[in-house]
Amino acid sequence: MDALMLDGNAVAGLLQEVFAVEMTTAIETCNACGATNEVGALHVFRGAGIVMRCPHCDNALMTIAEGGARMWIGFAGVRTLQVTV
Amino acid sequence: MEGTAVLGRLSWQVAEVVDVVEETPRVKTVRFEIPGWAGHRAGQHVDVRLTAEDGYQAQRSYSIASSPDGTQVELTVERLEDGEVSPYLTDVLRPGDQIELRGPIGGYFVWEPPQGGPLLLVAGGSGVAPLMAMIRLRAAVGSDADTRLLFSSRSWEDVIYREELERLEGGGLRVVHTLTRSPPAGWTGYARRVDAEILAEVGPGPTERPRVYVCGPTLFVETVAQALVQLGHEPHMVKTERFGPTGG
Repeated sequence: MDALMLDGNAVAGLLQEVFAVEMTTAIETCNACGATNEVGALHVFRGAGIVMRCPHCDNALMTIAEGGARMWIGFAGVRTLQVTV
Repeated sequence: MEGTAVLGRLSWQVAEVVDVVEETPRVKTVRFEIPGWAGHRAGQHVDVRLTAEDGYQAQRSYSIASSPDGTQVELTVERLEDGEVSPYLTDVLRPGDQIELRGPIGGYFVWEPPQGGPLLLVAGGSGVAPLMAMIRLRAAVGSDADTRLLFSSRSWEDVIYREELERLEGGGLRVVHTLTRSPPAGWTGYARRVDAEILAEVGPGPTERPRVYVCGPTLFVETVAQALVQLGHEPHMVKTERFGPTGG
């Protein structure tokens, strides 16, 4: 158990800034275990950057690093991201 | 509204303080007027940004505690001794002052009246804020949805919105307190951290398939969420909002 863990909600503002759409209700599929979850249900860890993990298998789904006027977003652990448009 | 994408990039807006109310010795509610605010849903939050004279910026998220009410929103803020943002919001802000915020944000930890009940709301300290927005909205629209609020506070003096909750009780809303540090003399309610036994007694049980919303410090939410699943609640019916080691 990690006292610093947050939920997908904690990065909702940041994600909406990038994607211009409400992202906590987007549905993500983990490429490791196949579990589907709303982004709001993902486990979020903040350090030098942000890591979002699968609540089912702990796989690192997305990483976000901010630096000045740029942002690096990695989707290494995501199979699909289903967004309402 | 549920499932409807809210299109549009978020932008920072100037919000003006219209009122500051002391809720408990460590918690204040700040009411803001935000020109052009398009309203919000119960459970959503805003990001607040403070900028120092040298350009240094600090940003935090705060749940909206008020039900939708024109262009005004209320944030309930607990003062953290070593906090960068909360002491400014609770101790420095006065009516007429301005800050920057953006929102409303989020769609996952949200309740809409047509979703109905039963509802089980579990709050740890200032984690009650987004749940209070749901309770206030429920009252504002005259909903009689079966709603139970299980509210964990340190002491009776630390219970946020205590009198308002007493007024709102009844008509399908039940409020149950647990006091974890110093219950008053003669206290007959719960006096320990929320556990599976308390959750089972407060109900509604898993067979009634309540929508469950849990908000508070990370370890509180973790303990409650695990106990709920252990009791048989389906994980996807349990929505959580963790706010870190010490809170908002």
